[in-house]
Amino acid sequence: MLVIGVGNRLRGDDAAGPIVAERLAEMGIAAIERDGDGTRLLETMEGADEIVIVDAMRSGAAPGTIRRIDAVREPVPAGAFHYSSHAFGVAEAIETARAIGILPARLVLYGIEGARFDFGAPVDAAVAEAIAGVVSEIVGRD
Amino acid sequence: MSRVETRNPDRDAPGRVIKVDALARVEGEGALYVRVRDDLIEDVKFRIFEPPRFFEALLRGRPYSDAPDITARICGICPIAYMLGASRAMEDALGVVLDAPLEDLRRLIYCGEWIESHVLHAAMLHAPDFLGMPDAFAFAKANPDAVKAALRLKKLGNTILEAVGGRAVHPVNLAVGGFYRAPKKHELQALLPEIEFGIEASATLAKAFAGFDFPDFDYDYTCVSMRSDKAYAIEEGRLVSNRGLDIPVAAFPDHFFEEHVAHSNALHGRMRDGSPYLVGPIARYNNNAGQLSPAARDLAREIGLGATVTNPFKSILVRMVETFHACEESLRIVAGYEEPERARMPIEPRAGKGSGVTEAPRGICWHSYELDDEGRIVGATIVPPTSQNQPQIEADLAGVIARNLDLDDEALKWRCEQTIRNYDPCISCATHFLDLTVDRV
Repeated sequence: MLVIGVGNRLRGDDAAGPIVAERLAEMGIAAIERDGDGTRLLETMEGADEIVIVDAMRSGAAPGTIRRIDAVREPVPAGAFHYSSHAFGVAEAIETARAIGILPARLVLYGIEGARFDFGAPVDAAVAEAIAGVVSEIVGRD
Repeated sequence: MSRVETRNPDRDAPGRVIKVDALARVEGEGALYVRVRDDLIEDVKFRIFEPPRFFEALLRGRPYSDAPDITARICGICPIAYMLGASRAMEDALGVVLDAPLEDLRRLIYCGEWIESHVLHAAMLHAPDFLGMPDAFAFAKANPDAVKAALRLKKLGNTILEAVGGRAVHPVNLAVGGFYRAPKKHELQALLPEIEFGIEASATLAKAFAGFDFPDFDYDYTCVSMRSDKAYAIEEGRLVSNRGLDIPVAAFPDHFFEEHVAHSNALHGRMRDGSPYLVGPIARYNNNAGQLSPAARDLAREIGLGATVTNPFKSILVRMVETFHACEESLRIVAGYEEPERARMPIEPRAGKGSGVTEAPRGICWHSYELDDEGRIVGATIVPPTSQNQPQIEADLAGVIARNLDLDDEALKWRCEQTIRNYDPCISCATHFLDLTVDRV
């Protein structure tokens, strides 16, 4: 299993993915940090057996809400994961991988609803709690 | 997150407003507002609201050697354009001339950036426009083999950046005066099989894209690009236009200026007479196609490009011809590569002024710096390509809308977005960015 934490540490709650990856890596679990560039995610997904992606989301839910999507079984809603200046992001990468037949056998996406995405903003308390929640859930899977 | 609104604010003057609040498949955040009254376009505003980032100010007081690594952060897609533009300007100020093998390595890493940036835009962001598909993955579903090839080709670009620059995003191995470490011969030789794949794949994709239905629109552009005596200009050359301009790099401000406009955070670049101009793939092709490799010229002919291109929707084809040429150039440089005697030229800091320009994937990117006697930066000016193209993008939009007023709002909005994507606008770079509104009143 490889965990990919997607986001930008400098933009408030967008740091959720990278922080999850960092904590897991400290525990010895294979985890890497990535920005939102979908094509690089595709490169990482190709040939992998099991991938877990963690990304901040902006879907209108309450901050700290955790959404778990089994991406092998259901499509990823593009709107919720669009907070990236890159127009080809996480949702596009997963759906492209499905379209060209390189989706890993197991692919789970955790979305953590963010409150603020401004440059230099602190991580919201509810988001920090959700980060801890996602970390323990992934540790439980491993 | 786009939205089309049709409203009639004044019953006596019915009309249309089309808005795109946040443009998709462009780099950064921006919007478009168009107002049409009695079939006449009253207003076209391409707005960039990515906030300004003040790079020029934060460079002040720092050593000349910091400029390439700091300016690289302006863009994650085209860091080489910033690193090499800044390096050129510093070398101009400090009287440094690079050994020929180091110039070759610079051209190689720049080819990597062109491949990566052009293929991402052409195949993943722009191609879906021509097939009426809203997303790259709809395109991928219909054309899985083309998308697989495109992804592998883009990866080749990244691999070239890694081999020469140490890593693919914001490389760490480029310096004023050359490189911190010259790549080993075997490290570059290892790239050859993928480069050969790249030559074939870029030609295949170019031919596939040539079958698209291109909207009917032509514009008599003032094309501004670099020109080199040695090769199809990328990393070295002077500044020229198709209207007879031929100037040294330092003379850029004498012929071009940037202005603030109320509706955008990006500066707008214009000729001194106020007219818009075009930079980027079409400008380069129109000015320098004769210097493309014979095979690249054959490919251009085969996919229907003439001696000059005046239809901006065909920029996708020019990008693929340039990608093909960049793959060929990479092959030539790698095949002839010998490890240089020194990776970096010696530099003595001194006071001075210098300017530098390179052909970023989206067009010329001009830098100018002033240094104090210890080589610290006293002043900095950076003019990125998307700022320069903004007035021309608005002029294209006005022309495209005028020809397509019979389209319903949804179709017109689509055509407007496609017109903007012709430019592969890098809004993050230009901010000093996009959302679409067409008002039919």
